[in-house]
Amino acid sequence: MSKQKQKILEVSTGEHFTTGNHAAAEGALAVGCKFFGGYPITPSSEIAEHLALRLPQLGGNFVQFEDEIASIIGILGASWGGVKSMTATSGPGYSLMVENIGLGMMTETPCVIINVQRGGPSTGLPTLVGQQDIMQTKWGSHGDFEPIVLCPSSVQECFELAIEAFNYAEKYRLPVTLLLDETLGHMSERLIIPDASKIRKVERKKPKDSPEEHLPYKADDDLIPPMAVAGEGYKVMVTGLTHDERGYPNLNVETQDKLVRRINDKIRLNKKDIIRVEEYMLDDAEFAIIAFGSVARAAKGSINRARKKGIKVGLLRLITIWPFPDERIEALAEQVKKIYVPEINYGQVTREVERSVHGKTEVKGIFKLGGAIHNPQEILKEIEGDA
Amino acid sequence: MTEDQNELLESEAHPLDGFLREGRIPHIFCPGCSLGSITNVLIEAINESGIDPKKVAVVSGIGCTGRIAGYLNFDSFHTTHGRSIPFAIGLGVTDPERKVIVISGDGDLFAIGGNHFIHAARRNANITVVCVNNFNYGMTGGQAGPTTYAGQFQTTAPYGSLEDPFNIPNLAASCGAVYVARYTALDVRRVKESFSEAIAKNGFSFVEVLGSCPTTYGRRNQLAEGKKILEFFAEKTVLNHDADTRDVRIDKNSPIIVGKFVDIEDKPTLTDNLLALQRVSQAKKG
Repeated sequence: MSKQKQKILEVSTGEHFTTGNHAAAEGALAVGCKFFGGYPITPSSEIAEHLALRLPQLGGNFVQFEDEIASIIGILGASWGGVKSMTATSGPGYSLMVENIGLGMMTETPCVIINVQRGGPSTGLPTLVGQQDIMQTKWGSHGDFEPIVLCPSSVQECFELAIEAFNYAEKYRLPVTLLLDETLGHMSERLIIPDASKIRKVERKKPKDSPEEHLPYKADDDLIPPMAVAGEGYKVMVTGLTHDERGYPNLNVETQDKLVRRINDKIRLNKKDIIRVEEYMLDDAEFAIIAFGSVARAAKGSINRARKKGIKVGLLRLITIWPFPDERIEALAEQVKKIYVPEINYGQVTREVERSVHGKTEVKGIFKLGGAIHNPQEILKEIEGDA
Repeated sequence: MTEDQNELLESEAHPLDGFLREGRIPHIFCPGCSLGSITNVLIEAINESGIDPKKVAVVSGIGCTGRIAGYLNFDSFHTTHGRSIPFAIGLGVTDPERKVIVISGDGDLFAIGGNHFIHAARRNANITVVCVNNFNYGMTGGQAGPTTYAGQFQTTAPYGSLEDPFNIPNLAASCGAVYVARYTALDVRRVKESFSEAIAKNGFSFVEVLGSCPTTYGRRNQLAEGKKILEFFAEKTVLNHDADTRDVRIDKNSPIIVGKFVDIEDKPTLTDNLLALQRVSQAKKG
């Protein structure tokens, strides 16, 4: 961050030239994150390093845990202690976290996980970019749940979506994943942090009834239960077992059905509020690119070049990856002759796009395995071949 | 018998009623299991500690002992297998006044959760950890674990366990725990005193309670009733507070050494250090 902004403030208002990782960390602080638990892993470590410096200044706590499993469960514990909490990792660490992300889903615990993607599988490409965790963030943990996953594609958006990740986590009571990639995490560009008064903060809904009357997992009409935390006298009972409205384990078909439907439906029924896309030159488009993360930047370059050549192509940039913007994509399929999906993996979002278009248009994945983002020319070449 | 005692006998209420969650009883524990009496003395110890019940949180992992948190009428958390300790750390540091007690089994805390245990002791997390060691995995049907002693029979050690178990008090002590004790479930009075001492400590306090599991441990090892296991403890136990923790390993033939092995004062806790860091970092930049 720039030198002149060293005052101890949650919101580092001003203009900065910084990285996606630092911007995401500042976004978390701006929205009131007060606990970080993490474990070093490339290419996410700068987030932990930045928060190790900043959190104590703001009366928060930074704990470097012994592994990623401890990190995720530590932030769940902190969330039940009543503070906004987060961790940051990359693919291998996220793999270690998924069981307890499931605990967070089942116990409806607000928190944020930043995953700065690198190339996989396994140790893969620690220092190089990947977009191979799309499916892991949806299906990594066992059981049925609807995650919220946000995917920025600029340093500015790393800051803004870190805030929104917390806001969704608090509003819908679940762990939210902010999906960066190595390119975005490590690239520097301009970041403008607004005045503190301009930061939109959502806080978890609190119970209005007394501890004697309170049922910790009785949802309101919006399917979200108000959240009492430890120390408030509500004697919360929290378990990863199938539980009833009292929070008590109740291992039968009816309770499971009611609970698991609700934790999915609270997201499904609010897709309109959660799904965000950016449309770029789509109005008259005959061809479309669907891209996300750092690759969306290259896609815009391809579109600018194509437009100069008279090819009508536009971009649908996915900001929300999960829940998947399938209805918007189906509408797009009715408009364009072909959809191109460049992604740094061997076909993850492409399959979701194929599912969404219901055969209404052709879908072509443009895959790069981990290591580099697409060159705009590579995407352009594919489109030129069809135009 | 005094009048008060008579009244108590005639009453349908139990003096610790308010400490158990209504509607959660009957519990799942087997006949002869010691978890009932251990739960009972844990509640008594918490009650007598004088800590505001609002400031008490109990965290468990998975397993028979892992079910205890869910019966207690405090803020209670039944987490995932092995992960109670880091959950308790996150929960604890958010309120320095909060007393967080972890109670879980030997498999949970020392096999799948072993890494968390040693690091929590090293960083002197301000939590009390109670391990009920029943020498096997009870809930899953009696498999061998990291506390199963060589020669002990379990479903995954049908020819007798080949491995040496952890010497748990020594592990805790060597990693920096400020309070380490071990007692058997037979000696509930000492277990309770030990819980009280552990709860009163600042820092990582640890009590190992050797429990009775007649169903899955006992019946494969000629100890098929709770009473037989307690008799076994009575016969084999030697009380020695001054024992060197290196000498308290459990094996088939040696006496079981119990006592309070470690009790260190005034070691700064993780929470103390985090709060001190906040003050220093704010002063530096302010």
